[in-house]
Amino acid sequence: MATAEAAAHSEGKAGGTYAGGLWSWITTVDHKRIGILYFLSGLFFFLVGGLEAMLIRLQLAVPENTVLSAEVFNQLFTMHGLTMVLFAVMPMAAGAFNYIVPLQIGARDVAFPRLNAFSYWLFLCGALLLNSSFFFGGAPSAGWFAYANLTSSQFSPGHGMDFYVLGLALAGAASIVAALNFIVTIINLRAPGLTFMRLPLFTWMTLVVSFLIILAFPPFTIGTIFLLFDRMFGTLFFEPSGGGDPVLWQHLFWIFGHPEVYILILPAFGIVSDVIPTFSRKPLFGYPVVVYSGILIAFLGFGVWAHHMFSVGLGPIANSAFSGLTMLIAIPTGVKMFNWIATMWGGSIRFRAPMLFSIGLVAMFTIGGLSGVMHASAPADLQQTDTYFVVAHLHYVLFGGTIFGLFAGIYYWFPKVTGRLLGERLATAHFWLLLIGMNLTFFPMHFAGLHGMPRRTFTYPAGLGFEGYNLASTVGAGITLLAMLLFLLNFVRSLRSEATAGANPWEASTLEWATSSPPPVHNFDVTPEVTSRDPLWYDGIALPAGEEEFHMPNPSYWPLVVAGGILMAAAGALVGLPVALLGAAVALAGIYGWSFEPIH
Amino acid sequence: MERTSTGVPNEKMLMWAFIGSECMLFGSLIATYLAYRGRSIVGPYEEELLNIPFITVTTFVLLMSSLMMVLALSAVQRGDPRGSKLFLLLTALLGLVFLAGQVFEFNHFAHEGLGLGRNLFSGTFFLTTGFHGAHVTVGVIWLLTLWAMAMRGRLGPEKSLKVEVAGLYWHFVDVVWIVLFTVIYLMSGASGA
Amino acid sequence: MTDGRPRVPGHRRMLMFAALAIASVAAACGGDFPQSSLRPQSDVAREIDSLFRGIFWWAMVVFVVVEGALIVAIIRFRERPGAPKPRPVHGHTLLEIGWTLAPAIILIFIGVPTMITLWRIDRPPERSEVRVEVVGHQWWWEFNYPDLGITTANELHVPVGKTVDLRLRSADVIHSFWFPRVAGKRDLVPGRVNQLWFTPDSVGVYPGQCAEFCGTSHALMAMRLHVEAEEDFERWVEQQLREAVEVEEAGDDPLVSAGRDLFFGAGGCISCHQIRGTVAAGILGPDLTHVGGRGTIAAGVLENTLDNLASWIKDPHDVKPGNLMLDMGLDDEQARQVAAYLLSLE
Repeated sequence: MATAEAAAHSEGKAGGTYAGGLWSWITTVDHKRIGILYFLSGLFFFLVGGLEAMLIRLQLAVPENTVLSAEVFNQLFTMHGLTMVLFAVMPMAAGAFNYIVPLQIGARDVAFPRLNAFSYWLFLCGALLLNSSFFFGGAPSAGWFAYANLTSSQFSPGHGMDFYVLGLALAGAASIVAALNFIVTIINLRAPGLTFMRLPLFTWMTLVVSFLIILAFPPFTIGTIFLLFDRMFGTLFFEPSGGGDPVLWQHLFWIFGHPEVYILILPAFGIVSDVIPTFSRKPLFGYPVVVYSGILIAFLGFGVWAHHMFSVGLGPIANSAFSGLTMLIAIPTGVKMFNWIATMWGGSIRFRAPMLFSIGLVAMFTIGGLSGVMHASAPADLQQTDTYFVVAHLHYVLFGGTIFGLFAGIYYWFPKVTGRLLGERLATAHFWLLLIGMNLTFFPMHFAGLHGMPRRTFTYPAGLGFEGYNLASTVGAGITLLAMLLFLLNFVRSLRSEATAGANPWEASTLEWATSSPPPVHNFDVTPEVTSRDPLWYDGIALPAGEEEFHMPNPSYWPLVVAGGILMAAAGALVGLPVALLGAAVALAGIYGWSFEPIH
Repeated sequence: MERTSTGVPNEKMLMWAFIGSECMLFGSLIATYLAYRGRSIVGPYEEELLNIPFITVTTFVLLMSSLMMVLALSAVQRGDPRGSKLFLLLTALLGLVFLAGQVFEFNHFAHEGLGLGRNLFSGTFFLTTGFHGAHVTVGVIWLLTLWAMAMRGRLGPEKSLKVEVAGLYWHFVDVVWIVLFTVIYLMSGASGA
Repeated sequence: MTDGRPRVPGHRRMLMFAALAIASVAAACGGDFPQSSLRPQSDVAREIDSLFRGIFWWAMVVFVVVEGALIVAIIRFRERPGAPKPRPVHGHTLLEIGWTLAPAIILIFIGVPTMITLWRIDRPPERSEVRVEVVGHQWWWEFNYPDLGITTANELHVPVGKTVDLRLRSADVIHSFWFPRVAGKRDLVPGRVNQLWFTPDSVGVYPGQCAEFCGTSHALMAMRLHVEAEEDFERWVEQQLREAVEVEEAGDDPLVSAGRDLFFGAGGCISCHQIRGTVAAGILGPDLTHVGGRGTIAAGVLENTLDNLASWIKDPHDVKPGNLMLDMGLDDEQARQVAAYLLSLE
């Protein structure tokens, strides 16, 4: 059989079976292992960000509370935002990109396996660098949006903002590198017959998100470099006394920051677009429309950044343009919702955990989307911006949307990754508790905001009517925490259960279910040929006879060396020039070692 | 070469996507430069400093390096080791000449009192052109590495993709300079003489 | 697989439970909301409010349609034993066109009023009857009335029914001026001058606060808006225009005179604060000429009482972390004396 021969062929080259031990994980270039690393790191930071949120809610439980000092509170809400966006949601999604996309397109790995390992290590270096600020004089405390000129060395002395700039530079570069890799992988490594209009929606949305990442991160990188130069070398980019304009930062930040929210939500949309058909036993309704609406959302996402700036005073022309463009996004988003419901319509719906979370996404994202339309209206937004109404909105789309979508993905693909199913009873309890917890946390925030409670305040006085809403939110946060504990319990218990899932436990239609669970190192013994959009349902797959020759890439430690060198160079900006130069030298040496190392 | 769905080699597609990302990077720098043009509060101002004839010469040098790059790729593709070595070296050397011109210019500006934090022009100018200079530097190192491979006879026609990808990068960096030359120098209002 | 079936009614029950929980929370909180954007007291705020309410009802329509369709779908099409395999429907062009057009049409009903309101409130006012220059500081508000020659802090007095025309700028970082009862937010951006206007239509005192994160004590950058009847406003203006000297001669409590000595001497207060009519001419802190007449101190954080004022003077960083007011090392007694003096400045 092809399998045995193929395994024998690549023996000793990490082709047949996985080598064990820590070193094999450190040097791995296998997309599945990197996916697991991404996911576990993201899950870890999700818990960190969650604990930060718990502390925030604890402080706000009652008015004039003194659990946290103002400075610590400000650090926590800053790090909560950064951690959740960049170090929890993005890496968890990247974990799914890594593990699932090559399987969905019938490839043996990503296009550039070592580059893939490099983006993981660089992301990890960035995350650790930024979080280490807690131990070196305090984390950044100017918000994740870090509006200039509050971030200048005059108003933010100390190193918090330097950690922000350097940590995010690393994480941003890591995201760009990973996204470049996925663009090439998806465009170039599709199995024969797997045309673009046959790609699973998750792969499609990964592609769209990858384009968003490579186009949205550079303006932010430039903004952080300006900030770094302002702080370290006295340039005047955001310095009003020298003619600089703090609003420039807002433009650069939101040109990144708004597409970023689509970077966070589109993978979740991709997941539920795969999950809903599977559990309705019906193909996705209006496939091309769902694809095009995803692309349209991404495209419009670049033209709406100034809707975060309605109160800046850009004038009625700019405000009406951005107001109108922002409203347009509601159309493709609504279209997606309707197509998902239409997919369920006439189906045979199985309420398993992935489906519960997907339904949860449709229900909750709708609420977040509608409040989004409310502040797309610039005059209405003048009352809503920077209040808890926006906090409610963004958590309905990011928690009710992205986190629910990611959990749908976790429950859906856990058996593929581990060969085991997550316990269904705990999963159901997790879903309901999370749904109740998040609604109790975030729904009252709508009222708090409309009644005049601003965001990012470490305390609020009694007598303005905010007390009940805040107490409810804190109780809700506690329920959310409980739900997460149930999930972790389920996760650990299920890992120890028996591997009985089989290749396709959900009777799904896409290619990742055509191989064993977990898949072999080389994914597929022979590259499948695809002749339909749902290959496993409608006889859309053909396995060519005969054996296939392939080489799996060698493990390599160079990606880690290069990432470590870059980390050292970044730390050198804080520690001193010699360290920076040494780091640069290590990185350069690493790049040479990498370039001249044989791949196979 | 590996089979790809589109027929375009992976490395080449990677470079094209990377160039797309770089466009946003330089686009942000250029947009900032334009937004801040003429808003410096203290001198020296751009029109007093920018030396268009001098930069025209270094621009020409950089354009010639692009021509050399084309010749180098063609030499590698047809398996001409002498031409490969010669044109790769020439490309890198012309890049170095351009960089020397930039070092000279930066030095001159510093002597004229334009420190990095002097005014808005200094910050936007040094960062924008400096970013481009850093890209040229990376390109020169890359080209010299390829040249060293050619010198050791390890850059045959089967490796021409490596040169092609480096060439894509090099041409992109040149094109960016054409834009910068136009935006920063030609549109500055500095006198041509 | 039957484990989905019994859960469907449960699903509905849970939804109703959630809705009830939310409703009861909302009811429990149904107190007085002095800072609410939903209780407008000016032309601008009323216009925004009615725009918002219009959008809200459209959103409710969409909400009911989408969530309703979702609930019907998951109940009607849940898996049943023996049911035939679902038909593989791939799409329906007319439906797609329909649910693309429907939101587009709703957006017209939201977009047109949005534009009308936007172009009315985002332009200079038709009349400009009370001009005030607002300067944001970390973390307090400076109000200058250029036409009246008045400078005060944290408490904005305006006459009812007159169009208030504000010019907003910042002395340090970005702040955002927000009195939800009378207008939406407008940022105070260093290096720029922004404009905001409104015509308050009811007498009252309305709280407001900074709405753009501006550093450590952003949460403590509150302010008060006093909308007054014309004659009350005139009286306030008159009183503000008096110099402090006249006030000082009024009484001579020993506590007050000790405080006065400290204020102008060892306390060092005059290096930052101004009291018009005296040698105190500092410009870094708020003008204190009539501080005794204000209802609150420390940017709306504390009631203006002797105890509060004394504790603020004694340890300003305890009240407002990170703020620029210096701790002058006064003891409790001295702080009380200075406070007594300041309260005498009505």
